[in-house]
Order: sequence, then structure tokens, then C-alpha cells
Amino acid sequence: MTYIQLSYGDLVLPALLVVMDGVFSLVLRLKLEKQLAVATVRMVVQLVLVGYVLTFLFTAVSPLWTALAALIMVLFASREIVARQRRRLQGVWKYGLGAGCTLLAAGTVTMFALLTELRPDPWYHPRYALPLLGMMLGNTMTGISLGLDVLTNSLMRERAGVEACLALGGTRHQALLPVIRDALRSGFMPIMNSMAAIGLVSLPGMMTGQILAGVEPVDAVKYQLLIMFLIAGGTGLGTLAAVLAGARLLTDSRHRLRLDRLTAEKST
Amino acid sequence: MLTVSGLKRLHIFVSFDLQDGECVALQGPSGVGKTLLLRAIADLDPNEGTVKLDGVLREAMPAPAWRKRVTYLAAEPGWWSDTVQDHFAAWDDALPLIARLGLPNECGAWPIQRLSTGERLRLGLARALMLRARVLLLDEPTSALDPASAAAVESLIAERIADGTSVLWTTHDGAQARRVGTRILVMRPDGGIEEGRP
Repeated sequence: MTYIQLSYGDLVLPALLVVMDGVFSLVLRLKLEKQLAVATVRMVVQLVLVGYVLTFLFTAVSPLWTALAALIMVLFASREIVARQRRRLQGVWKYGLGAGCTLLAAGTVTMFALLTELRPDPWYHPRYALPLLGMMLGNTMTGISLGLDVLTNSLMRERAGVEACLALGGTRHQALLPVIRDALRSGFMPIMNSMAAIGLVSLPGMMTGQILAGVEPVDAVKYQLLIMFLIAGGTGLGTLAAVLAGARLLTDSRHRLRLDRLTAEKST
Repeated sequence: MLTVSGLKRLHIFVSFDLQDGECVALQGPSGVGKTLLLRAIADLDPNEGTVKLDGVLREAMPAPAWRKRVTYLAAEPGWWSDTVQDHFAAWDDALPLIARLGLPNECGAWPIQRLSTGERLRLGLARALMLRARVLLLDEPTSALDPASAAAVESLIAERIADGTSVLWTTHDGAQARRVGTRILVMRPDGGIEEGRP
């Protein structure tokens, strides 16, 4: 297996494409050049750093360091989930719900892949565990944040209908079911669209990376299929857990709708 | 009998009884907390105090069971499905009520989106009456109705009262309060309540 190695110098020319975007922004007065510069610098610094961190982790092959890296990744994912919500839960659940559900979904599916399909030695080998967890987190995070966003906004919009059902003796499950269904559909939609378009409209990054690294396309496809199945399972599990737990947190034991537990809508 | 004792919700602090077959008209300026009080009795919002039905604490039964006995009807009834009949457990059984309220049988298939405010009010009332609750908490149930429809609603509720249903009825219409209420209670801006002049 051979691949064409790149030096940092090889990246200078492609980086000019981002400079080109900056020129477009200046010429068309889009006022995006500062944001673009910050985003580019952040991307370069974050990726270079992660490269060194992964090199260290792959050399150390320590369960503690691997677990710590995984924990940091989950915390960043939960922060990202909160940032994508227009209305957020108050208190400990603000971050706790996203962190708990991503950990449950991405953690379960990653462990499942490591212990049954990939079986690296040792099973927690960071070369397999961390990239896999990263891909699971990225996708479950999208499902969870979309599901929670639709749940909270639909509850605000459909409050009269939900409370009418409650006032007529409906349980909180009966009253929230239409909203829960909408939230779950929204959470599942990106991965379903992605599965339908993959191979025809888009070639996934991981598969492209493997092919560029010299892996036979048919073998790269098998890996990609494994990843897609895992992502679909993780997204389903995470979205379901987050939406059901969110619905539970936004009602109480007396079957009351508790929108007072949400913060005001984030201004955009 | 519904017993409300030291019920506290935000600035509201009230105590009163509602006998079987009694209709109490609840009056007071807009924003004084009449809707908050009705919602608190139905246990739709967190509140403190003691509320009993025939001596049984509402906390002694699951909230859905309480709300089937003590049913709140909002001034603007909400809807959770696409058509009218989706909101009724047994649409055919509701048809006599629907007819009494001046609506045609085929309104079951009407989409909620096309209903007027008056139709929404009457259908919301029919939906609540189908539960045969012991206590009805009615929040301005005729405010958007023409005189004929309002009279139909008053007559229907009067029949239920005669059958022993208790009613707490908020209204800004003094004449209606005197017409439907065996007693009038007036909410004060400080959240208290006092007997009004009939």
C-alpha cells in the first residue's frame, strides 16, 4: 500500500484558494474576510495540533489517554449541540442532555464496532477507536441537535394544542407524541439523505482518504459501508434518546408542559 | 363539591368552594389572573395549596384522571391534529352536541385550518363536554360568539348544571354573569377574591 506524501510546502498553493475566497469577499464587499481568516487559522492550528496529539496517542496506546481524548471529544460535541439550539434547557441539563446522549449513542456504536467487527489489539487501540468515535460523534451530534431544536421550537409553537390534550385528560406521552414524531423525523433525515446520495452524488471523505492512501476501492467501500451502518445506528439511538429525554424534561410528573425550563430564544 | 383552599400561583392566593350543580361566574379586569386561576385548579401549571373534589385531594389521583373530572376549556381552544373529528374519541357520539351548537354533521371532516374563531370555540366546548366532567372551568366560552350561538352554549351548560355539574365561568359580560351564575366572584388585582354583587 503506497500513498503520495505531502509536505507542508505542498499545501501553500492550495491555500491560495482560500485567499481567492477572501478576495471575492473584498471585491463584493461581503465583509466575510475577517471571519474567513479566523476560520482558516483555527482550522490549520486545530488540525496540526490534532495531528501531533494523535501521533502521541498512537505511540502511547494507553487506555487512560485514549479515554481522556474520547471524553474531551464528547464534551466538545455537547458544547456544539448546545450552540445549535435556539432554545436551551436550563441548569445542568443544558449540557448534560447532549453529552449524555452523544456518549450513549456514539460510545455504544463505537464499542460495538471495536469489539465485534474490527477487533484491533488491544481493543481500545486509539488508531481505530478515536477516528471511529470522531465520525460517530460528528453525525450523532447533527441528529441530536436537529431533533432537540425541532422538539423545543415545535412545543413553543404547538403549545395550545399540547395543553388542550393535557387539559382533556391526555397523558404527557399522548400530548407530546405528534411533536416527538416531528422531532425524530428531523433528526433522522440527514443520515437518510446522506445514505441515499452516497456514491452517486458524493464520495465520502473517509473512503476518498483510503483510496488516496492506496487502499483498493472495493476494500474502501466495505469500510465505508461499515461506517455508514454504524452512523445510522448511532444517529437513530442518539436522536431517540435525546428527543425522549428532552420531552420528559419539558414535562413533569403531574403531566404539565414545563416550557419555563427553557431559556428564551437565542437571537441570531 | 370542589374545595379550593389557599391556592397560590404567582400573585394569586384564593380559597372558595364550588357546590355540586352550582355555577360561579368569575369576573375581574383583564390581566388580573382569572385564566391563571382556572389553569391552577386544573393543575396545568405548578401551584401550591389544597384542591379537593368530594374530599379527595387532587394529588391522590394521577393528573390525567383529575383533568377528566375537573376540565379546563381555554378561551382559544388548541388543536393537535388535522381534522375536527381527530380530536374526538367517539365522533358519532358527539353529533347530537355538535347539532345543538349549530354545526353540521359533516364538520367532522373539516380541516382545523379553515375553522372560524366561533367554530373553534363551539367545537372546543363540545370536545370538553364529551368528557362529562364533574367540574367545568370555562374561560370566556362565548366571548367570540354571536348572540344565538352564545344562547345555545348557555342553554347547554345550564342543562349540565341541572344534572349536577359544577361550573366556574369567567366572563367580562356583567349581564351574562348575572344570568348564568348562582354566585359571582370577583378577582382583585392583588390576587385575592371576593363575593361580587349579583
